[in-house]
Amino acid sequence: MKRTIFKNARLLDPASGLDAQGAMLVDGARIADIGPNVFVDAVQDDVHVVDCRGLCLAPGIVDMRVSTGEPGNEHMETLATAAQAAVAGGVTTFTCLPNTNPIVDDVAVLEFVERLGRDVGLVNIHSYAAATKGLQGKIMTELGLLHEAGAAGFTDGGKAIAHAGVMRRLLSYARLFDTMIVQHPELPELVGSGVMNEGETATRLGLPGIPAVAEVMMVERDLRLLELTGGRLHFSCLSTGDAIEAVRKAKARGLRVTADTAPPYFALTESEVVGYRTFAKLSPPLRTEDDRSAVIAGIADGTIDAIVSAHTPGDRDQKRLPFGQADFGGVGLETLLSVSLELVHNGDVPMLTVLKALTDTPAELLKFPAGRLRKGHLADFILFDPDRAVRIDRDELRGKSRNTPFDERPVQGRVEKTYRAGNLVFDIETAPVPERRRFPDA
Amino acid sequence: MTSSQPSAPSDAPALRLQHLLGIEGLSRPDIEALLDLSDRYVDLNRRADKKMSSLRGRTIINLFFEDSTRTRTSFELAGKRLGADVLNMSVGTSSVKKGETLIDTAVTLNAMHPDVLTIRHADSGAVHLLAQKVNCGVINAGDGSHEHPTQALLDALTIRRRKGEITGLTVAICGDVAHSRVARSNIHLLSIMGARVRIVAPPTLIPAGLERLGVEIHHDMRTGLADCDIVMMLRLQNERMQASYIPSIREYYKLFGLDHDKLSVAKPDALVMHPGPMNRGVEIDSDVADDIERSLIREQVEMGVAVRMACLEVLAQSQLEPWAKNQ
Repeated sequence: MKRTIFKNARLLDPASGLDAQGAMLVDGARIADIGPNVFVDAVQDDVHVVDCRGLCLAPGIVDMRVSTGEPGNEHMETLATAAQAAVAGGVTTFTCLPNTNPIVDDVAVLEFVERLGRDVGLVNIHSYAAATKGLQGKIMTELGLLHEAGAAGFTDGGKAIAHAGVMRRLLSYARLFDTMIVQHPELPELVGSGVMNEGETATRLGLPGIPAVAEVMMVERDLRLLELTGGRLHFSCLSTGDAIEAVRKAKARGLRVTADTAPPYFALTESEVVGYRTFAKLSPPLRTEDDRSAVIAGIADGTIDAIVSAHTPGDRDQKRLPFGQADFGGVGLETLLSVSLELVHNGDVPMLTVLKALTDTPAELLKFPAGRLRKGHLADFILFDPDRAVRIDRDELRGKSRNTPFDERPVQGRVEKTYRAGNLVFDIETAPVPERRRFPDA
Repeated sequence: MTSSQPSAPSDAPALRLQHLLGIEGLSRPDIEALLDLSDRYVDLNRRADKKMSSLRGRTIINLFFEDSTRTRTSFELAGKRLGADVLNMSVGTSSVKKGETLIDTAVTLNAMHPDVLTIRHADSGAVHLLAQKVNCGVINAGDGSHEHPTQALLDALTIRRRKGEITGLTVAICGDVAHSRVARSNIHLLSIMGARVRIVAPPTLIPAGLERLGVEIHHDMRTGLADCDIVMMLRLQNERMQASYIPSIREYYKLFGLDHDKLSVAKPDALVMHPGPMNRGVEIDSDVADDIERSLIREQVEMGVAVRMACLEVLAQSQLEPWAKNQ
């Protein structure tokens, strides 16, 4: 078997708390040894040596919230183009939402999507299954059969599971399999026709608002149901201070609740929408500066367990519209690490805490054997330069859709190399520079 | 022949505007310059021969994605009186893919080299979007619940001509502020001009954070109208009842409809305005609407033509500048 030693690296393994200069030995697809004392000077002749020149070596990112357009909307993104974007962003495992066409709400579709993911090969692709048939919020899918077929968890994607009775039974029934119900918490009746955060900015722009309480109320309701049923509940993309506080208290009471957020919610605020920038139209909407601070505090103290990309590819024609008509969502796979590292550079969250939220914790929530640098584990890892200054340029994104809310943002941190099962799947030095496709202003 | 025609009131307006997308962003001198110019057009509009030649050879397209009679007619007359060629386009909004045709329509029209496009659209921000896609001047003739700048200007002109100046007046804006572009433009303009603005409406029709725009908020007509100089009524749309913003027209009229009784708490010389079209017996009582002593409603329509002439003139003249083309 081919053996490679990665020396002169800053080893970062959030699962074990390791942050030290050292080396990692990879034997074939697996990690053979890792640590500050790995013997590198007298390596045998058959060992290939990679000098990491002080770069950070961390587990590959596990992104637990990704939408692609496959199957059904391949013109926006295929699993293969999403995988290209993923490896460029240091993501080696991602989990797709079931809101495809057809919807992943039965075993046949789930197996089909899983096979498509395996065929891509570049990264580990998993899928959630729909919690309700057709994402209609009414009839429970075959949780047991789907779980057996490999569903990572159950969710209605970008739609909230709105009916309290249905949610109660889902949480209750899912206990049979110890699987997660992933909720996008937004009370539809309060969202109404809203397109951005409710408040002064929306009022000035004449746009209908989505109040923060739409999220807070759904979180509080679901926590009550969780207390009633037991089970495992995960909230996705928390964006409001009050919802985070509710989760913090629930955790203190011992409920099995977890949560994630996405970079827009700790890096941007509703002021991005000024000028009717449809690229800043996200679900949940960008909120206020106070909420942004609360999201950061939630990541720092572990109330928010995971950071996800919430990658949502968008057709350019769906963004070149008046704000109210444009689609929600932005891509995020390629910018996930760079924007998350702002938390470290700003001194808000320690490096290992940010990396844990990107790797070990999501892997543990989804029960994937990933997100760790441990002897015997698959060698899914990245080399990144945490200080490298780059400017995000949507014309240079590698995915098929380029609707990023972070266009032109200067960030610090770049993925240099991505390895999956010991194989180099992305190298910034040799990866082809994406064709500069002009994405017209909208 | 040309000597018998009335001439434009000034050789060229000093104000330069590439677009008029909203009142927010205009300065007090900008607004005063537009009002001064409009004032002179009012006099010209009252003459028998109303045709001028200052925009002769210019093309103005009225692109209305939302039904309108009075605003479109007012813009059309304004353009024609200045001697421009005016084309009206009403684009149906029924098609599901209306968004796709939006930019395409504007780009197509832009290729025909109009000098000014006046655009109305049901979506907030739609006119901003189109202004980025064309290289002629764009006037916002009303976008969603965002702004309707020429309405605020014509209201200001009406007030200024009656009251002498706007600074120091107390103006009560009453009704469905949440969905009103007229209210937003008027709040901005009146605040810039130094008036005190009160909003009177049920809490359900007041958008979040409105107080941050520097207005006083009242929920009772009697306190809201007390000692005010101007009462501006807003149109209440019928669909507000279906969405439970208010329970019924009957109740709305009782609590927020303007009649002589509620008006009696305002200053004795307080004047009443309405952007039209009015719902008599809903937000305004006919006795008030038709009271020639108090109602400025017809005058507002007259001022509308003059204000739109001034805006078209300023925009058309601004397009001459090569720098403006590169904006």
